[in-house]
Amino acid sequence: MPKIPLWDLPELPKNQLPPHLYLQKTRVFCNNDAPTHTENIHYSGAYAALGVDNSLRLDEFRKNFKVKVIKLNEEDMEFDLIGIDASIANAFRRILISELPTMAIEKVLVANSSSVVQDEVLAQRLGLVPIKVDPRLFDYMSENDVPNQKNSIVFKLHYKCDRGSGERRTVYSHDLKWLPFGSEYVLPTESSSDSTSKPKTYTSFTSSQDSLPEFANNPITVTPGIIISKLGPGQEIELEAHAVKGVGKTHAKWSPVATSWYRMLPEVILLQDIEDDDAHKLVKKCPVNVFDIEDVGRERATVARPRSCTLCRECIREPGWEEKVALRRVKDHFIFTIESTGALPPEVLFTEAVKILEDKCERVITELS
Amino acid sequence: MSPLGECPLDPGGYFVVKGNEKASVMSSTEMTKSKTIIRMEKEKVYLVLNAFTSKVPIMLVMKAMGMETDQEVVQMLGRDPQYATLLLPSIEDCASIGIYTQLQALEFLEKKDEGALGVLRDIFIPNIRVGGIKSPVRENNFHLKCVYVVVMLRRMMDAILNKDAMDDKDYIGNKRLELSGQLLSLLFEDLFKSMNDQVKFNVDKILSKPSRSSRFDVSQHLLKESITVGLERSLSTGNWDVSRFKMHRKGMTQIVTRLSFIGAFGSMTKISPQFEKSRKVSGPRALQPSQWGMLCPCDTPEGEACGLVKNLALMTHVTTDEEEGPIISLCTCFGVEDLSTLSGEELHSPSSYLIILNGLILGKHRRPERFANVMRKLRRAGKVGDFVSIYVNEKQRCVYIASDGGRVCRPLVIADNGVSRIKDHHMRELKDGVRNFDSFLREGLIEYLDVNEENNALIALYEGEATHETTHVEIEPFTILGACAGLIPFPHHNQSPRNTYQCAMGKQAMGNIAYNQSLRSTVSLNEAMSDGYLDLPFGLSSTAATDDENNRAAGQNATVAVMSYSGYDIEDAIVMNKSSLDRGFGRCIVMKKISAAYQKYDNTSDQFSSPCRSQHDQIQILDNDGLASPGEIIRHQDVYFQKECPIDPKGSMKSHPSQTPYRTSKQTYKGAEGETAVVDRVALCSDKRNNLNVKFMIRHTRRPEVGDKFSSRHGQKGVCGTIVQQEDFPFSERGICPDLIMNPHGFPSRMTVGKMIELLGSKAGVSCGRFHYGSAFGEPSGHADKVEDISETLVKHGFCYNGKDFLYSGITGMPLQAYIFMGPIYYQKLKHMVLDKMHARGMGPRQLITRQPTEGRSRNGGLRVGEMERDCLIAYGTSNLIYERLMISSDPFEVQVCRKCGLLGYINYKSKTRVNFKNISRFLLS
Ligand code: SF4
Ligand SMILES: [Zn+2]
Repeated sequence: MPKIPLWDLPELPKNQLPPHLYLQKTRVFCNNDAPTHTENIHYSGAYAALGVDNSLRLDEFRKNFKVKVIKLNEEDMEFDLIGIDASIANAFRRILISELPTMAIEKVLVANSSSVVQDEVLAQRLGLVPIKVDPRLFDYMSENDVPNQKNSIVFKLHYKCDRGSGERRTVYSHDLKWLPFGSEYVLPTESSSDSTSKPKTYTSFTSSQDSLPEFANNPITVTPGIIISKLGPGQEIELEAHAVKGVGKTHAKWSPVATSWYRMLPEVILLQDIEDDDAHKLVKKCPVNVFDIEDVGRERATVARPRSCTLCRECIREPGWEEKVALRRVKDHFIFTIESTGALPPEVLFTEAVKILEDKCERVITELS
Repeated sequence: MSPLGECPLDPGGYFVVKGNEKASVMSSTEMTKSKTIIRMEKEKVYLVLNAFTSKVPIMLVMKAMGMETDQEVVQMLGRDPQYATLLLPSIEDCASIGIYTQLQALEFLEKKDEGALGVLRDIFIPNIRVGGIKSPVRENNFHLKCVYVVVMLRRMMDAILNKDAMDDKDYIGNKRLELSGQLLSLLFEDLFKSMNDQVKFNVDKILSKPSRSSRFDVSQHLLKESITVGLERSLSTGNWDVSRFKMHRKGMTQIVTRLSFIGAFGSMTKISPQFEKSRKVSGPRALQPSQWGMLCPCDTPEGEACGLVKNLALMTHVTTDEEEGPIISLCTCFGVEDLSTLSGEELHSPSSYLIILNGLILGKHRRPERFANVMRKLRRAGKVGDFVSIYVNEKQRCVYIASDGGRVCRPLVIADNGVSRIKDHHMRELKDGVRNFDSFLREGLIEYLDVNEENNALIALYEGEATHETTHVEIEPFTILGACAGLIPFPHHNQSPRNTYQCAMGKQAMGNIAYNQSLRSTVSLNEAMSDGYLDLPFGLSSTAATDDENNRAAGQNATVAVMSYSGYDIEDAIVMNKSSLDRGFGRCIVMKKISAAYQKYDNTSDQFSSPCRSQHDQIQILDNDGLASPGEIIRHQDVYFQKECPIDPKGSMKSHPSQTPYRTSKQTYKGAEGETAVVDRVALCSDKRNNLNVKFMIRHTRRPEVGDKFSSRHGQKGVCGTIVQQEDFPFSERGICPDLIMNPHGFPSRMTVGKMIELLGSKAGVSCGRFHYGSAFGEPSGHADKVEDISETLVKHGFCYNGKDFLYSGITGMPLQAYIFMGPIYYQKLKHMVLDKMHARGMGPRQLITRQPTEGRSRNGGLRVGEMERDCLIAYGTSNLIYERLMISSDPFEVQVCRKCGLLGYINYKSKTRVNFKNISRFLLS
């Protein structure tokens, strides 16, 4: 390498990072062996020597931050979060998984279960059945609370497979019936002495839940079609399931999402012109059709659908190709996916998550001040 | 079987004794040892026989058996002067003491031991009868015995002249397996004879009495149950003490470990050696080439018994005894010339072969190959038993026919001139269910070969590899593995000891036992476990693919990320995802049997007792009959059984039963504190003495906790190091979050490449929706998936060809700085769980004699500060702690000592006074 005197180097533009540093700051380089520059550089003075201020500015953020909804239906949602730091996107993901409350079956009172599924296993399976109800309408039940209409939902499951039928039957989640009046099972300690008053049950509902406006014409249901158990001839399941409010941190059954995650926006760059045979080769390599061929006199490969890149590194696997194709990830562009279990629609889940993060921030601020 | 509540897939092969399942362990012996030894000492040959007090020169024996001329012996040995030279010193020795005739020899022997002729006739090589019914020759014709001795001599001399002719002691063809039938028949014989003796003794005693009141009836004196009791005792303790046969063996039976189907199956194929295990020899431990296809090359324990304890391969069959008579007459039909019609010269003549059936010389045959082929044809046609083996040994110029029991053999496809007899239409019929294995065998498409006969066969591994000389084709190469080793996917990529470790570990994995596992228990198992949810492995192995073993899986497919995480994953520990555990990963059910009984006394018996409800909480789970009801949750210290016992079981003879005073007796459940178990079933039955027995099956569902042991199918065990929230776990571009994280340090030194390929194969399997196969021998034949194809599938579904994914950290949200090898691996939960082992104590019980703390978890024992722990404390400088532990914590004891005489004082319990109160002082013993 020839020696270049320092003063012969080109002058750096002020208040702007040189291109390679800018790339390192904003992109993850997905090389063949390992990804590099995965970290975000947060320190405000990281580039002070270059005269570049690296601090986060709220107005900048406001200007640049964008949310783009790509796909939205009852259960799934895919949207882009652009111009945000990975830590905050991750905070949303973490809150979605573990801190958003839902209702889930916590207590199962088994009156009779002669199926092959053991009671504990049955209870565990029931617990994981998503309940389609807005958890915001309910309170948490703390240790010494009694179950009432504000903090519990009671379901009943009574299913019997007749001995005569001679065939097996499947118990599905939609066989769970909502009991708006609460439990029907009488507490054993309750002696029959005062038969005048209503016998005390496992819940103490003061009013029926279906009298509430929210549930008036909208009975609480669970996600249908989930197999709970199978019954042979003569077997029977009779139980009551009590659902309470909780968060995914305690148990995964309270997680409102099946999962939620993000990926950084893929960026596929052709460092050189790839033409003719090579172009065809490249198009063939990619299993998800990221590349296309464009005809500009010669056939040239172009990057048509970088977003669908799954980072299989097939295009740079062969020696020599790493110089031709660069796989990168944009560090502040997140393709966020939420798969709801059905309690709340995914867009509501996200706004709830934002609210929780907001709460947390406020708590920190009040603590600090 | 299923209507009766038995599992139709149960292989059987075990005894149910006193409520336990006991499998008898096969033991391998050297070929039935005879007590006759011919030994060469200082160039002279002697016969060593227990019945003779000292060794006897062999020529003397020959002479005593009527072979008076030395020339005849030499002639029989063969013309080669080498043999004569070797025998010469013995001949001279005999001549030097002046013995030339049979009479002289017998007299000489008689002088030393009385009844020498009888010994020679009955004890010396007893399998050759002298006279009697079987032999048509007249009494005391020792010719055949002489021939036998000469053959022995010749073999010995061959071995001297040529080391290659030596027999290999570890050769499987020279071994016999002893099965439970043989053992039981010995035991039965002994018990039956003892009973007869006892009966005879008793009857004699009665008959010798001068006057008898009643008519004599011998059936009255037959001992009841003595045989049953004897058999039961032997089976349940495993001690075979048969004095009649000088047999004292321990550990002949083992409890069938019902942890998973494969485990139970594997423990029943175990073969243990007869000699003691401590021998420091390498020969018998080494892999024998002859065990190919018969015994599993992988499945052997580590340590002491390594290589000695073996396991059967998948298709091995152990023969049972077969009648010799028909075979002998068949042999004579096909031209075996009887020895007595031949001269001595012809015995070792090179033009013909000796025919030997189960060690009995039948005669000679001039065309041995033809003879062997005829016999084999007969076997394929079903005229002689399937397991009769015909083996032409060209070196020894013998044809061996074996029909005895205990030989291992395996089925092979017969090929004529290199063309397999099984054609496509046969296979189609097999698939359609028209045929089965037996019909193949019956029609002579498949035959069983034992180890010896395999030496005459040229076996092609695959049909395509068969040449013109090929006589047999392997049914499926992976059948050389046993049941446990067959479960390992891609075992040929693993370092071999890893496969061996997995064979031992697969037996500890918890899984489905049988179809009837929910009904079992009352009779058999004490503790059975099974996973709540079990999967089939995505990456199947050979045995799993063929058998219906899948229905009784013993593990789950866990998505594994091979990466470092949190530092709680050192030393093979794994990090588990809490949400996966919440959703049911790794759960298991532990069943425990506890029993209670209502005792009967002379006049009274225990009574049901209904609990008094107003009492404390601990009796809540009792029904009105005093038994815990099924489905109830049971905690530590809960009463599960309550009965009324008569206060004085003996003295209540006079009083009316209703007036006897009773007290309530309770049994409380002792389980782990803070854990809730459930009463699964309550069974009532009566025991031998007609007492009412109650058996409670307690079921405990456990979710994995820190310290529970897990293992993949590659001998890679590890405990759960920590449990981490799902949001802290890394996640992939597709939102996949691993179930557990394994440290990559587990790979380099273990070299379990098979595990990596399993991961790749399973990952490809889940993405394309097809099971992938990992049989050890399948790659060339296309029965297993190749890594190249797997990688192609992965790429097709958008994964990297090497299975490494781009992962984001769940904690920081940033991508990880490496691609992570991630995919499903089949993981097993092993029976070692923290809950059963966790133990600590402060103050606690002490032993009565030594006053030291008790030992062991079950006795709430103390934890020993041993020398290494002491070293640690010294190194740390915690002198007071050492002082306390060594001096104060366990030993000191206070006694009262008399100041005058120095004797230890004591309390006189009768007068409740201390002896010599005045002079006593306290004294601390430590
Ligand atoms: S990494 Fe894979 S998916 Fe992405 S562009 Fe290259 S070949 Fe296509
Ligand atoms: Zn004294």
